[in-house]
Amino acid sequence: MVTESVDVTSTDTHIVVENLTIAYGDFLIQRDLSFTVKRGDIFVIMGGSGCGKSTVLRALTGLKCPDSGRVFYNGVSFWDADPAEQKRLMRRFGVLYQSGALWSSLTLAENVALPLQEYTALPPARIDELVSLKLSLVGLSDFEGYYPSEISGGMRKRAGLARAMALDPEILFFDEPSAGLDPVSARLLDDLILELRDSLGATVVIVTHELASIYAIGNNSVFLDSETKTMIASGTPRRLLAESTDPKVINFLTRGEPEKRHFQETPDQAAAQDTLTTGDSA
Amino acid sequence: MITHSADPARATLSRLNDDTLQIVLDGPWKVSSALPSAEEVLRQIRSTPGLRRVSFDSKGLTEWDSGLLAFLARIVKDCTATALTVEKEGLPEGVRRLLDLASAVPERSGARRGEVRPSFLVRVGDVVTTFWRGSHDNFAFIGEVAVATARLFTGRARFQARDLFLIIQEAGAQALPIVSLISLLVGVILAYVGAIQLRIFGAQIYVASLVGIGMVRALAAIMTGIIMAGRTGASFAARLGTMQVNEEIDALQTLGISPVEFLVLPRMVALSLMMPLLCLYADLMGILGGMLVGVLILDLNYLEYYAKTIESLRLNDLWVGLFSGAVFGVLVALAGCLRGMRCGRSASAVGEATTSAVVTSIVGIIVATAIITVACDILGI
Repeated sequence: MVTESVDVTSTDTHIVVENLTIAYGDFLIQRDLSFTVKRGDIFVIMGGSGCGKSTVLRALTGLKCPDSGRVFYNGVSFWDADPAEQKRLMRRFGVLYQSGALWSSLTLAENVALPLQEYTALPPARIDELVSLKLSLVGLSDFEGYYPSEISGGMRKRAGLARAMALDPEILFFDEPSAGLDPVSARLLDDLILELRDSLGATVVIVTHELASIYAIGNNSVFLDSETKTMIASGTPRRLLAESTDPKVINFLTRGEPEKRHFQETPDQAAAQDTLTTGDSA
Repeated sequence: MITHSADPARATLSRLNDDTLQIVLDGPWKVSSALPSAEEVLRQIRSTPGLRRVSFDSKGLTEWDSGLLAFLARIVKDCTATALTVEKEGLPEGVRRLLDLASAVPERSGARRGEVRPSFLVRVGDVVTTFWRGSHDNFAFIGEVAVATARLFTGRARFQARDLFLIIQEAGAQALPIVSLISLLVGVILAYVGAIQLRIFGAQIYVASLVGIGMVRALAAIMTGIIMAGRTGASFAARLGTMQVNEEIDALQTLGISPVEFLVLPRMVALSLMMPLLCLYADLMGILGGMLVGVLILDLNYLEYYAKTIESLRLNDLWVGLFSGAVFGVLVALAGCLRGMRCGRSASAVGEATTSAVVTSIVGIIVATAIITVACDILGI
C-alpha cells in the first residue's frame, strides 16, 4: 500500500497509522497497514474472522508493540514515546473489550469508579455522582451494586462502555461491540455509539465484521485480508460496496452474494465524500 | 417387492465399453453395516488398462448415509488424482450434492497440520530456546515484582486495601482448619516414628525434643507451604488466568494501571504476612499432636512433656522456622501469580497455569528448604 505523505500534525487528523506490521514471533498477523482517522470519525476495521483485527486493535491501544511502523495520536508517535507520555496518551483512550472485561471482583459502580479514582483527585461524593451519570447513560442506573457475574452479556457490554467513558476519552475503541448480542440490542448499541460520538465529540475506532453495524455507523473503513495479511481496501463502507473491484471485499460486504450488490443506496449515503482506494491485493 | 435389509451392501464393477467402468451399488449402505472396501474397488480400477471414465449405477441402492459418502469420496478423490473422469449422474441427487459440497470446501493453504516430525536436533534446539525464553520471562516478572515492592515501601504502589484484606482472610483465617488437621497429624506421626526407636533405650521423653525441634525448625513451615501451594497458589493462578482470558488484565493495562501492582502485590504481601503466622500456629498444633502420643501411648506426664519441649527448643529454631515460612509465602505467591499472569487465552491454559503453579511452588519450597538448612549449618544457627 503506497501512502501519500500525511500531515500527522494536522488538527483535523486524529490517528495516523503508518506502515504498521504486527507479528507474534515468526507468525505474521498483518503488515504494512497505513490509514488515517479523522477527528470525530467512526472508523471501522473490518475483515473476516481470524484476519488479525483484534490484534491490530491491541497495537492501537498500546497493548501489543508492533514489529515496525508507527501510530500517531494528535501527531505524537505512540511507540516512540517514553512510558510517561504513553500513559498520558492512554489516559485519553476508552476501550470496550469483546467480553466487556469488567473486573470481576468489583461491582459495576466500582468498575466505573476505578479509572476516576486512579486519574482524578475528585472527592468520593463527586466520583459517585459521575459513576451514576455514566451508568445511567448506558441504561444501567439500577444495577450499580451488582457484580459482573450477576448480569447478562448485553448488560456487561454496556457497563464496559460506561467504564470506557469514565474519563471522557477522546478516542473510543470497540472490539466487536455487537458480538453475542441479539439484533435489537446490537442496534441499540450502535445508536448509543453514534449518540456518544456526537455528544462527547470522540473519535471512534471499531473492529467488527457485523455488516449491519458497518453500514449503519461507519463513515470510513479499512478491510484487512487474512491471506495477503494486509489491507486491501479502504474508504466509506457504502462506497466500497458500490465501487470496489476486489472480489474479496465485495464478497464480504454482500455476505457472499455479489449479485445483491446494488441494494438500497440512498443519495445521502452515496454522497459521502470520503476517498476510495482499492487495491493492490494481487 | 420386499427389500431384505439383511442383504449386504455390494459394489460390483462392470465394464460398459472400452474406456468406461461402471460401479453398481446395491443394498443398504449404512455406516453401521458391513460395507465393501474402497481400497478393493480402487485396486480393481487401477488394474484395468485403458480406463478413462468411471460411472455409477445406484438403482439397487436401498438406503445410504455417510458410509456411502465416505466410500464415494475416497473413490472420487483417487480417480481425480489419476486423471480419470468421474460421472456422478448415476448417483442419487442428495449424494451428488453432498459430494460436490465435500470437494468444494476450499482448504486454507497451510491450515492442515504438517505431519513432518522435526529431527532430534531441531527438537533439542526448540526445547533449549523455549527454556531460555521462559527463564527470561520469569526473571522479567520477578524484576517487575521487585520494582513494585520497592514502590510499595516508598508508598507509591497502588492497589485496593479491600483486596488485600480479602486475600489475607482467604489465605489466613480460612486456611486454619486444614493447617490444624495436617500439622496435628504430622506431630502424631513424628512422635510415633520416634517412639518406636526411643522406647528401646527407655528414652521416650526425647520424643518431646524430636517433635518440638522437627516441627518448629522445618516441618511446620514445609507442610504449611505445601498446603498453601495447593490451596492459595493454585487459586491465585486460576484467578489471574481467568482474568487474563476475560481481558480484565488488558483493561487494567490500557488504563495505565500496573497489573503487577494492582493484582500481584496484594497477594504477595498477604501471603508473606500470613505464612509466618500460620507456621507459628502449625508449630503449636504439631507439638500438641506429639504430646497426645506422649501422654496417651508413652505414659508421659503433660508437664514433663511440656518442660522437655521448652528445654530442647532454642529461640533460633523458631526464627529459622518463621523465616522459612515467610520465604515460602513469597515463593508460593510468586509462582501462582507468575503462572496466572502468563496464562494463555483459553480454558485449558488456565488449567495448565494452575497445575504449573502448584508444581513450581512445591519445587521452590523444597529447594529453598535445602538452601536454608545448609546456610544455617554454615552460619551455625
